Formats: sequence, structure tokens, C-alpha cells
Amino acid sequence: MDRVKNWFSSDSSRGLTLIGLPFGFSLLLLAAPMLLIFFLGFWTQDYLVLDRSFSLDNYIEAWTEPMYRDLMLRSLGISAAVTLATVMLAYPMAYFISFHGGNRKALWLFLVTIPFWTSYLLRVFLWKVILGYNGVLNSALDWLGVIEEPLTFILYNANAVIITLTHAWAPFAILPIYVALEKIDRSYLEAATDLGDGPLKSFLRITLPLSMTGVVGAALIIFIPTIGDYVTPKLVGGKDGLMIANMIQVQFMKANNAPLGASLAVSAMGIVSIISLVFLALNRRWLRKRGS
Amino acid sequence: MKSNKNTLKVFAYSYLIFLYAPVLLLPIFAFNDSTIISFPLNSFTFKWFAGLTQETYLQESLKNSLFVAISTSILSTCLGILASRASSRYEFFGKKSILSFLILPLFLPEIIIGVALLVVLMQLGLPLSLWTVILGHTLVCTPFSIAILNSAFANMDMSLEEASLDLGETRFGTFKRVIFPMVSPGLIASLLIGFTISLDEFIIAFFLTGTETTLPVYIWGQLRFPAKLPGVMALGFLMLLLSLILLLLVEFFRRRMNRTTDDQVNVQFGNLFKHDKKRTRDSKKNHS
Repeated sequence: MDRVKNWFSSDSSRGLTLIGLPFGFSLLLLAAPMLLIFFLGFWTQDYLVLDRSFSLDNYIEAWTEPMYRDLMLRSLGISAAVTLATVMLAYPMAYFISFHGGNRKALWLFLVTIPFWTSYLLRVFLWKVILGYNGVLNSALDWLGVIEEPLTFILYNANAVIITLTHAWAPFAILPIYVALEKIDRSYLEAATDLGDGPLKSFLRITLPLSMTGVVGAALIIFIPTIGDYVTPKLVGGKDGLMIANMIQVQFMKANNAPLGASLAVSAMGIVSIISLVFLALNRRWLRKRGS
Repeated sequence: MKSNKNTLKVFAYSYLIFLYAPVLLLPIFAFNDSTIISFPLNSFTFKWFAGLTQETYLQESLKNSLFVAISTSILSTCLGILASRASSRYEFFGKKSILSFLILPLFLPEIIIGVALLVVLMQLGLPLSLWTVILGHTLVCTPFSIAILNSAFANMDMSLEEASLDLGETRFGTFKRVIFPMVSPGLIASLLIGFTISLDEFIIAFFLTGTETTLPVYIWGQLRFPAKLPGVMALGFLMLLLSLILLLLVEFFRRRMNRTTDDQVNVQFGNLFKHDKKRTRDSKKNHS
């Protein structure tokens, strides 16, 4: 009896009681729906009637139909390009704020995040205004005499989607990389300089490996969600910039074929998860090699 | 080294221009007297703002959005308090896996969350309403609340809490009078982040919304009609101003509250905790 009483007033039970509610909420609204959508992919739907007998048809269609395969590959390509571009642009920015921000670090971080308090839909729409045939960019370049003909490769294709998403996800890369850079003990860098390392060498041997957690966090937090964006491709992507999420949305809404939509969604999630895990493993191996 | 710094500075400013490009266009077209959203500009006008007052559908969806955003921010902050208090103060079985599960929505495409919730609701035969949007938004906002509140709880000086318990205050009283004032800046930040994310969230709302729409769903509908666009620009500009005011308020409260809690501690505990306070301040310095 005493043991039971002790357990109830112990740290362990207090912690579990506190976290029970949020955990239950997530189980109910996240784990259960994800499981259901996984099973839904194995069912079939004929207009409004759902047939609950097991069938692999939807997954076979999702993986063999050339249209879905092309969309999936293009989406992965766009997501990878967006991730790479965002991280490459955000790293120097985060580095500048962390190492040269002086006492204005907070101001810089504030400045970097303000644009993202504008409505997401309007930001995407305004990129359409910037990149269009008679858009801001083309009129400006024309006025400056840089171009004779308006540039057409920047709207209604994959490039436009990449530019817009690279803009949309910037703070999600800048902030984690900044936090990782801030944690680096500056005396390591001084030690490296004292021992004769040049700026580039000490960056490659100390700063970059130690800030890798931020880079990896940024990459994952951008790569996985961008695969599910259907607003940007729809508004600026044209026909050649559509992504898998647009197809998922169509299957759930207009086409009324939720099981096929579910199998596409589960496949997309599966593929990005596997790519992310491989990426994590490669990064761990690279860091271990550096460390030894 | 000097030239390195200057190159970085030039890059930082050009990157800022890229980040601000769409935002700067918003006021330009909100005040431009032309239905076409492009250059060259016409004359200056307020008529798009005046026109907003006549859109009853817009006002409906604004009201809906405020209701959703306020409910979401309260719910996700409550869940965040429970989770981050548990994680910062107690050790228990499966702590790490439970916490990573709670922040998982941060790493999931929103369309997956929206679609999955939609399927569950349809299977259960529940009708879509603003409450279904609130549930979806709470799921997405809770990880942000946990992240903010975790640092608030972790930065708290535990000796104050222990002192309160030792001096005979109950657990609830300690929470109310000692812990709550110390984490309140974090609470306000968490409420505000939840509010702003929910107010702007479109993808999940689009799937889970019923007959009553939220503001982003309304804007999405308007984007198809060229004649409506200048009004949408005016609306977007007002929303941006609102967010900026909220952000500045948070900053103001955060600073003021930091000062008041410090003063209160000084008055109430006199010199007793001077040594401890110095220690926490130093450890805070090391943290940031």
C-alpha cells in the first residue's frame, strides 16, 4: 500500500499525469487519423460508397500510373531544391547575425521575421505579381535596360514555385541555424586561430560541424512540409509546376476518390520519411568521421 | 577578416530586400486607384479600405477567424503548459518519445494532417464546423507552445519554488503565486504565437471548414475574382499592421514583466536570495 502511495506522489507519476492530457490529445487527433488514412488506402470507393475489403489497387495505381509518378518525382525535386536554396541563403544570414550582429542581434532577428506576419496566401499571390510577364521584376529590368523581352521562365513553372517557397520558409532555416551558431563556444575558434588555422579552415573544422544540428533541423523542417504544399503550386506553378499535394487535394475533394488520395498521401509521406532518415544517418556518419 | 564581414553585410542586406519584396508591394497596391494589380501606378486612394466595410461576408469570416484563433491559442497554451512543465520538472518513463511525438506535427505536411482529420470526422459522421478547424489548429500550434514554454519553465529558478513549498504554501498556491508570474512572459508569447498561426492558417482550415469560413478561406475564394483583388490587398495590409502591433505589445509586456518579477523578488525576499539570483542571472547569460 505504501509503495502505491509513494508512487503516486513520486516525480514519475506527477510527470505522467501532467503530460497525459496533451499525449492523449495527440494520440486521438494525430496517431489515430494517421492509422486510419493508412488503412483507407487499402479500401476502394465507388462514388460515395466505401468498400472496406482489402485491396492493393490504389497503391498499385499510385506507384505505376506515369502521371502520379511524374508528379511525385517533380515534387521531390522541387522540395529538395527549395531546401537546398533556403539553407544556403539562410546560413550566411544566420552567421552574420550571430558573429557580427553585435548588440543588434534581436533587431536583426525581428527584421527577418516581420515579412512572415503577412498573410501566407497574399505573399504567394504577390510573388505572382512580382514574377509575371508584366510583373514588377520584368518592368524593373526593362526600365534598367537589362532585358529586351520580358523573362518568361520565372512564372507558371517549377522555378516560380521554388522561388516562392524559398521565400516562404526562410525564417524556419535562419532561426535554427542561428540558435546552433550561438551555442558555439567562441574560445574554440580563438584556440584554432592561435594554433594557426586560417578563417576558412577554422570555419570548416569547427563552426560548420558544430552548427550542423541547426542545418539538419532546418533541412528537415523545410523538406518534409514543402512536399505537402498545394497553394503555391496552384497559384504560381501553372501546369508544369503542379505537385503531388494538388493531386491529393483533387482526389479528396473534386474526384471523390479518398482512398486513392490516401494512398498517394501515404506514399509521399513514406518516401520523404525514408529520404530524411537516410539524410540523418549520412550526416551522423559525416560528423563522427570529423570528430575522430 | 574585415572584407569577409563586409561581404556578409552586403549579402545580409540583399537578402533582406528579397524577404521584404512582397511585403512592400502590399501597401502600394492597397492605396493604388486601379483594379489591375500591376505597375505603372495610378493615383492614391482610400476607396479599397472604405469598400471593406460593405463586405458582410468578410466580416463574418473575420469574426469566425478570431473565434478560432482565440480558442486555438488558449487550448494549445494549456496543453503546452502541461507538457513543458512535465518535461522541465519531472523524470518519467518514455519522456523523450512522448515529447518527440507531441512535436511531430511540426514536421508533418499540413495537407496530411488536414486530410487525416477530415477522414476521421467523415467516418465518425461528425459535421464540419469551426470546432473541427480549432482541433486541427490546436494540433499544429501545440508544438510551438511547448517550445516557447519549455524554455520559460527551464529558465525558472527552482529554489524559489522550493522555498515557497518549504514555507508552507500548497502546490496550487505555489503555482499561482510563484511559478505563474515567472513564466507569464512565456505564456503571453505562446498565446500570441498560437493566435497568429491560427489566424493565417489556410491548408488545414480549407479541409476542415464547414459552411462558416475562416478569413484565409475567404481570401482564397476572392483571389479568383480580379475585381476583388485591391480590396484583398487593403485587407492584407490591415492584417499586417495588426500583427505588428501585437508583436510590439508582446515585446513591451515581456520587458515590463521581467522588470516587475525582479522587483517583486527583491522586495519580498530582501537580501536572502541575492546570491541565488546572481547565480541564475549568470546561468541565463551562459544560455543565451
